[in-house]
Amino acid sequence: MIGQLVHLLGYDFVQHAIEAGVVIAIVSGVVSRFVVARNMAFAVHALAELGFTGSAGAILLGVSPVLGLLTGTVVTALFIGALGVRVRERDAVVGVVMAFGLGLGVLFLSLYQGFATQAFSILFGTITGVSSGDVVLLLSIGIVTLLALALVYRPLTFATVDPEVAEARGVPVGLLAVVFLVIMAAAVAEAVQVVGVLLILTLLITPGATAERLTAAPGRATAYSIAMALFSVLGGILLSLLTNLPVSFFVTSLSFACYLLGRFVVGPMLVGRERSKGRFRSGASATAE
Amino acid sequence: MTAPAIRFDHATLAFGGREVWHDLSLAFEEGSFVAVLGPNGSGKTSLLRIVLGLVELSSGSVEVLGQPPRRGNPGIGYVPQGQVFDRDLPLRGSDLVRLGIDGHRWGVGRPDRAVARRVADAVASVEATAFADAPVGRLSGGEQQRLRIAQALVGDPQLLLCDEPLANLDLRHQGEITELVGGWHRRTGRTVLFVTHDVNPVLGLVDRVLFVVNGRWAAGTPDEVLTSERLSGLYGSHVDVLRVHGRILVVGEAFSAGFEIEEPHHLPAVDHDRPDAARPTQ
Repeated sequence: MIGQLVHLLGYDFVQHAIEAGVVIAIVSGVVSRFVVARNMAFAVHALAELGFTGSAGAILLGVSPVLGLLTGTVVTALFIGALGVRVRERDAVVGVVMAFGLGLGVLFLSLYQGFATQAFSILFGTITGVSSGDVVLLLSIGIVTLLALALVYRPLTFATVDPEVAEARGVPVGLLAVVFLVIMAAAVAEAVQVVGVLLILTLLITPGATAERLTAAPGRATAYSIAMALFSVLGGILLSLLTNLPVSFFVTSLSFACYLLGRFVVGPMLVGRERSKGRFRSGASATAE
Repeated sequence: MTAPAIRFDHATLAFGGREVWHDLSLAFEEGSFVAVLGPNGSGKTSLLRIVLGLVELSSGSVEVLGQPPRRGNPGIGYVPQGQVFDRDLPLRGSDLVRLGIDGHRWGVGRPDRAVARRVADAVASVEATAFADAPVGRLSGGEQQRLRIAQALVGDPQLLLCDEPLANLDLRHQGEITELVGGWHRRTGRTVLFVTHDVNPVLGLVDRVLFVVNGRWAAGTPDEVLTSERLSGLYGSHVDVLRVHGRILVVGEAFSAGFEIEEPHHLPAVDHDRPDAARPTQ
């Protein structure tokens, strides 16, 4: 089995998949932290589905589906950002935009002959089928996204956990909301390559949601989230190579296993320890609630 | 003499054609402890947002620490109206306080010994060291409020704005939070703007009062403002100011001006020992 693995790792397409997978996992790990903290699961879903519309359109026009996907997600993000900045409005706007966009996707699907395989790979992921041109594109998008995330990380954290004081301290809260939507759009376009449109939440929700269960320290939570996304993506790619079963199945399984383990086993242990350390360190008898 | 910490000059604020308050002219000198009083919807929070540079006046002008208001003014510490943190939010009290130092800066932010030191000092100054590393969402309302005050004070502000910091706290915790703010005010001699509709807990700290009702306002020492005549004028109907057991109760049935007092307003006992405090310009 090890020998088989080493043999497979020699292939270009496997190396491409792993390179792209590493960048995608890091992006997903960071972005999922904010998606969870900002309650944006629905928006992620909408971006992914309209990414599908974008790539269906791109295939119809004969251009790169990755580029079409990115165009779809970014246009949607800007639309949502322009229409629904307030939280209460946001879900309604997302629903409205998503319904229309998927309608377009259906049109593109019916116009293109022999589209079934392509559609399947966009819906359920194709990482081992990425061309070398697309790998370069994916790496570039991933690196630009990571740089943007690094730039806004601290004020975005402030705006997410404590928006009122952040605004008073001069953080451009409204602008960051739109910037984060665009970052999310890029992250969705990336993660769709691994798990597909329909399983997107496994990379853009699960790692962040699990990390929250493991620690209350925000920096550490982000590190855990990245580690978990890396584990799921790389583990998924390798298991898929060995078994010839779909990558997305393994990625979703590994990431779900992480969640269950984090939520019910590791999390209660770690957080319990953290809390007692924080709370009783100087012998104080303060009690919560 | 130093410039006033806050000066309003013929300031009017209107939302959608309705004047929240009209022609406000006053100045609070540095070192004042100002209670901003008035019923809900009288524009108390808007007043803070103007000082923070988040809302603009409809007309007139305002100066904060000698300059026009601007967003992110490092001279201001801000304790927002209490919203409790989500239970599962991955954020410790010390992280919240640290955001008060450099949360607004771009970049990732690296561990920094000097910054960590300032955070620890601020946390200690509000006696929150014992629970500063616990998830902030799991702390009680009083504990969260202590950390909010540490966050506001960690930047060593000239002016502290508190928006209903005692809401949702029981009497004991109200007393503790009041003592923290009062202690900082005494130690530093800096300015506090304390928005509240129930100021019994700040009895004895306040040396200036701004009372806003229904577009009208009155400012001055508690003695000057908190009288039956003055408040009856503000409310536009008869209001009694009663002094009972060292407290001041405002009781009225003011419906005539389209405004309703939902509850008696508890106003501070008057501190007679501060003749040096600022006079309103009016």
